[in-house]
Amino acid sequence: MNEPITLIRSRAVHLAQPNIDTDQIIPARFLTTSTRDGLGEHAFADWRVQQPNCPLDAPEAAECGIILAGHNFGCGSSREHAAWALGGIGVKAVLSTRIADIFTSNALKNGIVPATITEAAYDALSAEAWPEVEVDVEACEVRHRGRTLCEFPIEPFARRCLLEGVDQLGFLLGQEEAIAAYETART
Amino acid sequence: MTMPHTLLDKIWAAHEVVPESADAPAVLYIDLHLVHEVTSPQAFTELKRRGLTVRRPDRSLATMDHSTPTLPAPGPGLPLPIVNDQAASQIAALADHCREFGIRLADMDSPDRGIVHVMGPEQGATHPGMTIVCGDSHTSTHGAFGALAFGIGTSEVGHVLATQCLLQRKPRSMAIQVDGELPPGVFAKDLILAIIATVGVGGGTGHAFEYRGEAVHRLTMEERMTICNMSIEGGARAGMVAPDETTFAYVEGRALAPTGSDWERALDRWRSLASDEGAAFDKTVHLDAADLRPMVTWGTNPAAATGIDGRTPSDTGDDAEARALEYMGLSAGQPMAGQRIDVAFIGSCTNSRMSDLRRAAEVLRGRRVADHVRMLVVPGSQRVKAQAEAEGLDEVFTLAGAEWRESGCSMCIAMNGDSVDRGEYAVSTSNRNFEGRQGQGARTFLASPATVAASAVAGCLADPRDYLRGDEFTTAPAPEGAAA
Repeated sequence: MNEPITLIRSRAVHLAQPNIDTDQIIPARFLTTSTRDGLGEHAFADWRVQQPNCPLDAPEAAECGIILAGHNFGCGSSREHAAWALGGIGVKAVLSTRIADIFTSNALKNGIVPATITEAAYDALSAEAWPEVEVDVEACEVRHRGRTLCEFPIEPFARRCLLEGVDQLGFLLGQEEAIAAYETART
Repeated sequence: MTMPHTLLDKIWAAHEVVPESADAPAVLYIDLHLVHEVTSPQAFTELKRRGLTVRRPDRSLATMDHSTPTLPAPGPGLPLPIVNDQAASQIAALADHCREFGIRLADMDSPDRGIVHVMGPEQGATHPGMTIVCGDSHTSTHGAFGALAFGIGTSEVGHVLATQCLLQRKPRSMAIQVDGELPPGVFAKDLILAIIATVGVGGGTGHAFEYRGEAVHRLTMEERMTICNMSIEGGARAGMVAPDETTFAYVEGRALAPTGSDWERALDRWRSLASDEGAAFDKTVHLDAADLRPMVTWGTNPAAATGIDGRTPSDTGDDAEARALEYMGLSAGQPMAGQRIDVAFIGSCTNSRMSDLRRAAEVLRGRRVADHVRMLVVPGSQRVKAQAEAEGLDEVFTLAGAEWRESGCSMCIAMNGDSVDRGEYAVSTSNRNFEGRQGQGARTFLASPATVAASAVAGCLADPRDYLRGDEFTTAPAPEGAAA
């Protein structure tokens, strides 16, 4: 049983660059770890060294549980360390007009909501500095200033897992009879 | 008359333990789980925490590649030059876990060890029609055999270890139709870079690619692996090629391939896998192979590519392009050919197999790597290394001034001691030119083995067609400084 997640309400930090890949989120040199913990310390490590005005370094970013990102967030490597690193800095949701498949899967397994939003919603949110956003997993809506900006697609089972705190491995283990029958039928 | 089905449809249907419904994804059976040291330790820890075991160790195969050094131990009895203690304990943990759960492992001293996507097919573990997963996004490589192969995260590694299954929605299908024949000097790497430039870096999101057409079926298995490997760089978790006689000939006789009557039965099954005539794809993209040129990337994602005779984008006012050019230290509209390089890298799961090394050697034989260029040639597996040495390729590389290494991911991921320094330009046969991918502040140009070797000699990005020596290149200039 995981912690149920129904609604996320937080300010959002805007990372406008498109195609933010998982090597940016957590550079490979930090992947020699054998645990899930402590990766937040290295989230976006190279950006924070190289970019003088990295939004993540602004004082406001500390209270942001949402990342508003440019198109195609999370592309590249399958490293779940990216989701662990974001979780480590308190990220609860990522909003972008496209989010990569493997990152989506990893985020959902770590209680981070990947919400693919419309361009209009992206434009509305990015027009404001540090917008206060509501990501409603129950209604599959993104809201801003009391107004629904858009609905977002979420795989129904993944949504249920978030809302009810379903443990996916536990669910799969419950399929043992069907798995054994499948194996027997194939041999 | 039954509905025509795609290769994806057929593999998917054959692996549904529980079909998907509106409420729940399919329970999909996994035939082969490849495991490496970097994305597995947390999965094994979770398994043990829950008191679970590995359900089918016989369907798992492990190797060590990402954090392993490519330099040998400095002397007899001395330890390997592993980059740090954390990496050493990760490597040791995989050996312990494999011993504990009975998983077959190609350990550090094994002749079978190699990059997971090189050694798997080499061992004959990859078969047509299989579902294959690994905690690595380049698992799409195995789709070259007509398998459904895709990368997963560490939580899912745990799911497969414990249940041999995954919860999955079926991806949509995208046909990548490549007609015609590749011109001389244009290789599989150039083709996939051109495909990604066409589809876009996220254009394949939610889809599995099927590479089709004359140009694809003319490719060898190693070339098909290069193509399928980079499917993820176009956003597709999986990319596949329908199995044919080329596929069967490659698999036959390998250590883990079926034998005797099993082989005959397997062939019957595999021959029925290709997409049926008239099968519908959700999307189709067309390319004509005859139009293609040797490709090179200029930016910080693999879709930012152009011909070697092309230029960086001229001033478009696009912020992302401007930022990429700034990171790369390139100016808008500058020619790619002639751009200085500091490092040349032949290796990675994309281009480290025998045909890649032979092509690089063809360019380097009797030539010298430019004085200011550091060149690394890293075979994809210990078997590739041994074969290259048997053919004398190691000598060609070292005589040219390149370093010849043990197998591993090396400079593609820069977490093992091999990396490119800040601000340096590397021309690489690997798969990602992301900021910092080959080292903090490193600048990467992705290209084919022939282009990398030609550029190493020239000291700057160079057109490989001026350096290749086959009959089709009789007009090529004589190699500079070549021994008679």
